[in-house]
Amino acid sequence: MAAAASPGPDSQNTVAPAQKGTALSLDQLYQQIILDHSKERHGSGLSETPVPAGASTGSSHQLNPVCGDEVTLRLAVKEGKIAQIAWDGDGCSISMASASVLSEMAEGLNVSDLRTLIDAFRDVLRSRGKIAADPEILGDAAAFEGVSRYAARVKCAMIAWVAAEDSLNQAT
Amino acid sequence: MAQVVTPATLSHAAPDMDDAEVLRIRNDFPVLAQEINGSPLVYLDSGATSQNPLSVLEAEQEFYEQRNAAVHRGAHHLAVEATDVFEDARQTLADFIGARYEETVWTSNATEGLNLVAQSLATAGLWAERGRGDARLSELAVGPGDEIVVTEMEHHANLIPWQELAFRTGAVLRYIPINDDGSLQMDTAAAVIGPRTRVVAFTHASNVLGTINPVIDLVALARAVGALVVLDACQSAPHMALDVKALDVDFAVFSGHKMLGPTGVGVLYGKRELLDVLPPFLTGGSMITTVTMERAEFLAAPQRFEAGTQRVSQAVALAAGANYLSETGLDRIHRWETKLGQRMVAGLQDIPGIRVLGPAAGSERIGLAAFDVAGVHAHDVGQFLDSRGIAVRVGHHCAQPLHRRLGLTATTRASAYLYNTTSDVDMFLDAVAGVRSYFRV
Repeated sequence: MAAAASPGPDSQNTVAPAQKGTALSLDQLYQQIILDHSKERHGSGLSETPVPAGASTGSSHQLNPVCGDEVTLRLAVKEGKIAQIAWDGDGCSISMASASVLSEMAEGLNVSDLRTLIDAFRDVLRSRGKIAADPEILGDAAAFEGVSRYAARVKCAMIAWVAAEDSLNQAT
Repeated sequence: MAQVVTPATLSHAAPDMDDAEVLRIRNDFPVLAQEINGSPLVYLDSGATSQNPLSVLEAEQEFYEQRNAAVHRGAHHLAVEATDVFEDARQTLADFIGARYEETVWTSNATEGLNLVAQSLATAGLWAERGRGDARLSELAVGPGDEIVVTEMEHHANLIPWQELAFRTGAVLRYIPINDDGSLQMDTAAAVIGPRTRVVAFTHASNVLGTINPVIDLVALARAVGALVVLDACQSAPHMALDVKALDVDFAVFSGHKMLGPTGVGVLYGKRELLDVLPPFLTGGSMITTVTMERAEFLAAPQRFEAGTQRVSQAVALAAGANYLSETGLDRIHRWETKLGQRMVAGLQDIPGIRVLGPAAGSERIGLAAFDVAGVHAHDVGQFLDSRGIAVRVGHHCAQPLHRRLGLTATTRASAYLYNTTSDVDMFLDAVAGVRSYFRV
């Protein structure tokens, strides 16, 4: 990569793991998968996404008053599985990417598996860098591991997941 | 033969600040001499909170090492010394803004000062209704149908206390809108401020737009209808010479931590004839004359508004901060920061995708710049700058209605102070120029 004005993140999975107690590099925080998802916004567009027939739904609006990040998420459950997640949102790349990753991962999961996933994600994010993300459990969501080192950003990564948990409680 | 010293000879005697002087000033601020994420700290968040010079840190330490005692009580030596330095500090702050000693009230911060005024005006109605206190209270009382006027650019601290005052009293809250260039719509102001207006509360300088408001004109509009004027001086008192008497405002507030002082201390200025009749905000020890089991009589200002044990060490340290600013020269500081602010705004305007809020480069504004980066959220901008050691504020800067008016939810703000160099601004501009490409916008 040329040493130009555009330092851009290294390609996915080539970043070294952060040492405990040291600052993360920007590229360790903004992994490629996060930047990609922040643009893709998988699952975004509530009004354009019809609810699957026969599903029970819950929806939740979450707002971070500090920065104005906002997510409105609707979750549909059918036959014990997550049939669909759709959302509208506005916010930083981390909040939008985490909503996108969640939507992609959740669809098709059993209700109990989504609860397990949300709990595992929360444990990592709230650990202040002490709990390593297990890619076997968290999949693409493991990319948000670095966020746990920045207390001010944890809410950004959690906002869609909190909305999903709230919606899930309504739908089940 | 006496020589008349005019402002012209004064400014001749005090040359403008330059980078060499700023580098000397920085030696007084230990916190600035550190690396953040492998880069030298570039601190551009003084609009939120400023850093402290050694003289401030030493004043607080010296107080605790040599004079710590409760003030205004106790006949022992330390109590006398503590009271002396506490009240000397009050005189220092009074002189700093051209006020009188008894018009200078300690608060926790500007927010508390504004709540104090709003709550006291609410209580004034109650007192007047029940025949308590001075007869003039009925003129000060805010009641149903009365109007309180603020501006669209207010910090929440100078908005919500007035919303609550309106709610409590049945008054109506009105506001002066802004123009797209960040100035107040003064034609509308003349219509909004009317015969029912009891209070006009506005910021001297906007913490987001950088606009310096026409205080004299707004005071004239308020005087014409007999309304009180409350000035939020948080972004002016630390950065420019402030003379509350010349401005003829009724109340003014500012916070110590934004002007080289510690947290937990601020100042409320109020005209004596108002402070002495307004009902107290907090009640308890130190602010009374006679107390029975049924009721109490209250002292005159400033003690009237200083219930309970005061923030003595913070007041003493804040006085050291005010002295540091006065010795450097507020006019010189203001000119230096204006120069840095203009450099910031002009530089930002040249970067593609950047929208600077408030007056354009070349127009009058204070030494800060809030801006939007197209396609990149302010939180991400702040994180990117932090990775280069540059500290800025991100978010709505406690001005949600203003951001909504501008069609934004969050922006990034860089704010300069007397310890920032030209190079700080240039490093900041260089970093901002790289934001959009990093986030692939």
